[in-house]
Amino acid sequence: MIAIILSALWGVVMMFSGIFFKRKSTAGIIAVLGIVALIIVSLLEYHSYLYLPLDIKGMLTFSAFSQVFNLVAFTCTLIYFLLNASEFEEVGNDVYEYYALIFFILSGICIVTSFNTLLMLFLGIEIISIPLYILAGSDKRNLKSNEASLKYFLMGSFSTGIMLMGIVFLYGATGTFHIQGMHLGTEKPAPMVAIGLVLLLAAMSFKVSAAPFHFWAPDVYDGSPTIFTSLMATIIKVASFVAFLRLFDTAFGKMHVQWQILAAIIAAATLFIGNITAVFQQSVKRMLSYSSIAQAGFMMLSIFSLNTFAKEGIILYSAAYSLASIGSFAVLVKMKDYSFEGFNGLRKTNPFLALMNTIFLLSLTGIPLSAGFIAKYYMLIGTVKNGHYFWLAIFAVLMAAISAIYYFRLIQAMYFKEGNAEVKPLSTTYKAALLITAGLIIFIGAFPNVLINALYN
Amino acid sequence: MTINHYIFLSVALFCIGIIGVLTRRNMIIIFMCIELMLNATNLLLVAFSKMHYLAASVTDAATTVGTDGQLFVFFIMVVAAAEVSVGLAIIVMMFRNTHSIDVNFLNRLKH
Repeated sequence: MIAIILSALWGVVMMFSGIFFKRKSTAGIIAVLGIVALIIVSLLEYHSYLYLPLDIKGMLTFSAFSQVFNLVAFTCTLIYFLLNASEFEEVGNDVYEYYALIFFILSGICIVTSFNTLLMLFLGIEIISIPLYILAGSDKRNLKSNEASLKYFLMGSFSTGIMLMGIVFLYGATGTFHIQGMHLGTEKPAPMVAIGLVLLLAAMSFKVSAAPFHFWAPDVYDGSPTIFTSLMATIIKVASFVAFLRLFDTAFGKMHVQWQILAAIIAAATLFIGNITAVFQQSVKRMLSYSSIAQAGFMMLSIFSLNTFAKEGIILYSAAYSLASIGSFAVLVKMKDYSFEGFNGLRKTNPFLALMNTIFLLSLTGIPLSAGFIAKYYMLIGTVKNGHYFWLAIFAVLMAAISAIYYFRLIQAMYFKEGNAEVKPLSTTYKAALLITAGLIIFIGAFPNVLINALYN
Repeated sequence: MTINHYIFLSVALFCIGIIGVLTRRNMIIIFMCIELMLNATNLLLVAFSKMHYLAASVTDAATTVGTDGQLFVFFIMVVAAAEVSVGLAIIVMMFRNTHSIDVNFLNRLKH
């Protein structure tokens, strides 16, 4: 609860400090201070040293699951700030406002991970989305950024409308917005419940860019400034997945058998479209966009399986995927040329960057001993334990193998091709943060229990 | 009027909105269609809220069932207003760069 309040307040602090501090680089320092404060506060809340006695009428519940996820999201944001501090200053003049918007998004993330009524889900999703429309278009003179922002805005509010219709039909059928008070049983759902469920499934798939509602994602991710793409494709996406899982587990968990075929089809389609299209991309930024769709397909498996492995897996997957993707995008930002050829010979010009990027890409592929492997393993185990649609697990493994094609193509460009990859100058903070990211990925890969045991303290 | 009339009206408005978003090329009109979708849900929300209230008030005259539905409408209005302010700003930004509000411009991103 305090994390929600503090992140919203810190957004305001960021905006006001824009008036008092003229130097752009101060913004990064204040933002890092804020996110460190958020991490400390949520750690204290997690260990129940801090407790705010507010009567929120049961609209939010702060379980260990949501608090652990918030910690993961905050840690990823801290790393994201440390890696991209210098890039924020290059996007435009309103550096303080960009950070402020990101803090507002963080407060939205805390809401969607702990919502208990559909009202809070709606507000949380909107608090996340509206600042993102602005961030996507923050490069005001660039036409591609404008178009990305407009497209994201139109598609985002369209899906909001669909989500609202779903919420309203559920309300009509059950008479309550509380996801625990709906008492939807195992029997065949009433028509209004069924409509509400399908509309909500479609709207949430829109938000997490799962096929067939993914068509906005590549264009938006490609057009937005790269640092905001890396935010959208990682922290925002996994937070939406946690909300997705929470909604479908709590409200529709009992009638799981009725709708799991839909989730299975969406997961399979997302895996297929994401992976196959990513193979044919020429630009690394676009490849990473499609790869984020492909990874969303893997996370959809948790919505399909809905068991303890799914819940533990989604936490692991959020950490593994966010860290690796943020790292990979941070390396991309430092390159002068975003195409695959631009990475040729990075081993010679900057061996450190090449090694770090290799670790991130291996984790995204799911090579053992990396966090990506253990996360994918949990997703697959969950799918198999679900007991239905065994083909889905096999299909997912096949698609993970295909994903190696485009990730390894980048590694091949860096290590085995002749070329002269041009890199922007790297600061010490950047190098240290990159090292920490890679260290965390290997740590989670080697000791996933640290994260999982935190769910059951 | 029964609840079915309200459902048909709202769903019709909602579908007009969806068709408008999918077929029209003018950004402002697409925007209006999105607002139409949101307002269709508002209408249905109020109708359902009243329905639940009438059903509950038969047994308990002082019931508060249904108030949450009415409250939700206010939140939708507030969020829609926030979306309008951001959306119009984006459209203006777009217009400054392209001198057009035609969505077909968006196809440039495809390649």
